[in-house]
Amino acid sequence: MGAIYILWLRELKRYVRSRVQVVASLGQPCLYLLALGFGLGPVFQQAGRGSYLQFVAPGIIGMTVLFSSIFSGMAMLWDRQFGFLKETLVAPVSRLQIMAGRTLGAATVAMIQGTLILIICLIAGFRPHSWLAIPVAFIFILMIAIVFSALGTAFGSVLKDMQGFQIIMNFLVLPIFFLSGALYPLTNLPKVMTVLTHIDPLTYGVDGLRGTLIGHWQFTPALDLAVLSAIALVFLCGGAWLFSKIEA
Amino acid sequence: MIRVQNLVKTFGDFTAVKNISFEVAQGEIFAFLGPNGAGKTTTIKMLTTLLHPTSGTIELDGLNPALQAKEARRRFGIVFQDPSLDGEQTAYENMDLHGILYHVPRKQRAERTEHLLKLFELWDRKDSYVKTFSGGMKRRLEIARGFLHTPKILFLDEPTLGLDPQSRNQLWTHVKHLNETEKTTVFLTTHYMDEADRVAHRIAIMDHGTIITQGSSAELKQQTSTDSLEEAFLALTGATLRDENANSSDQLRQMARMFNR
Repeated sequence: MGAIYILWLRELKRYVRSRVQVVASLGQPCLYLLALGFGLGPVFQQAGRGSYLQFVAPGIIGMTVLFSSIFSGMAMLWDRQFGFLKETLVAPVSRLQIMAGRTLGAATVAMIQGTLILIICLIAGFRPHSWLAIPVAFIFILMIAIVFSALGTAFGSVLKDMQGFQIIMNFLVLPIFFLSGALYPLTNLPKVMTVLTHIDPLTYGVDGLRGTLIGHWQFTPALDLAVLSAIALVFLCGGAWLFSKIEA
Repeated sequence: MIRVQNLVKTFGDFTAVKNISFEVAQGEIFAFLGPNGAGKTTTIKMLTTLLHPTSGTIELDGLNPALQAKEARRRFGIVFQDPSLDGEQTAYENMDLHGILYHVPRKQRAERTEHLLKLFELWDRKDSYVKTFSGGMKRRLEIARGFLHTPKILFLDEPTLGLDPQSRNQLWTHVKHLNETEKTTVFLTTHYMDEADRVAHRIAIMDHGTIITQGSSAELKQQTSTDSLEEAFLALTGATLRDENANSSDQLRQMARMFNR
């Protein structure tokens, strides 16, 4: 347990100490929130869908948690580069514990980022239909964080250099975001889009967030939680297996 | 303490380590010398459970690192060729993290951390971030960290690479001191022949994946009828240059330098 705790703490310390990075990583979601929230607002309103800011805010929170957890998970690339990874790999601690500590740390950092964006959303004018919904929304923030931290760890275990990071970013993380229904409603989409959005894990996280926060459900809470839990389990096992295969 | 028999490691159709055997006794300082690409680091990685041997057996303090990895890992410390510190944490935090990973009890952890940081003259910088340390300070911290869990064997893979003579000198003084006081077996690789000559009890020379010869410094000089270990080394391994291909981690390393971390 000591090993899990100290590696979790390390991720947290790294986050808290890099204040510039904290601000920088909030810049992109803020831009999405303000530019899209207010820019597409009038069109959305004319289509009779109500406030776009209300609609998009849960999606932006989901996006922040997605990016943050994948990046923290893949920060392993840096640790591999700067050698710290080896220090943990030769320690008399099971790989599973190291992976667990890192993944939990990444998930915690992602949750903090999600919380900060939620606060920014509230400042920008977002209002949940009930304040009691916010604690419930954290269940979904946690689930998204765990799913994608595990995925980040899995990729961090496999990739050896930064080129791979670019590929993952362009061909995986961005599609996950854009196909998740974070930015648009999933009703009346073309057939292909419907299929793609339904196999995107983030769709269920964003739906859970949007459902709890503004009462707009695409699926049911039970289905969202079931899908997220199942995917989390698969990604955690996959990540642990890939991490155990690292040879320095 | 270390017993290696018929050790082989192949990567695809390239054989990095070809059937080597050697033994290191308890309390001994054993130097592994060889040109670039001779297979030294691959051997250390196999000894320290980071790579699985293709064939052959390794015994560390009676344990097989391939099968009893965790027990074996408790018994050795390692200082890698590349730094393996966490630059975003302080020197003390790096020591503490290591102590927790190696299950050193809290009280002993604090005592030994203080003792070792004082010995390596880092105690007054214990609360500075490691990223602000010079190369020599980082190396000292890594070696101090390697001793934290009182290992029976300490592996040092080119620990003095890029250090000035003062730092090198001081570093070996400390290593020798701990070798004598704590009876730690030391297994080292280096490119500086004078260091090997000065600190090592026994030396093995490796080239193209095989051990060419082993013995004390005096024996090696006698064997090649030379006056210095450097001459003996060149007589045994030839004067041709060895070029290694840069791999992805070398490229990343260059990028890391750009980021100045």
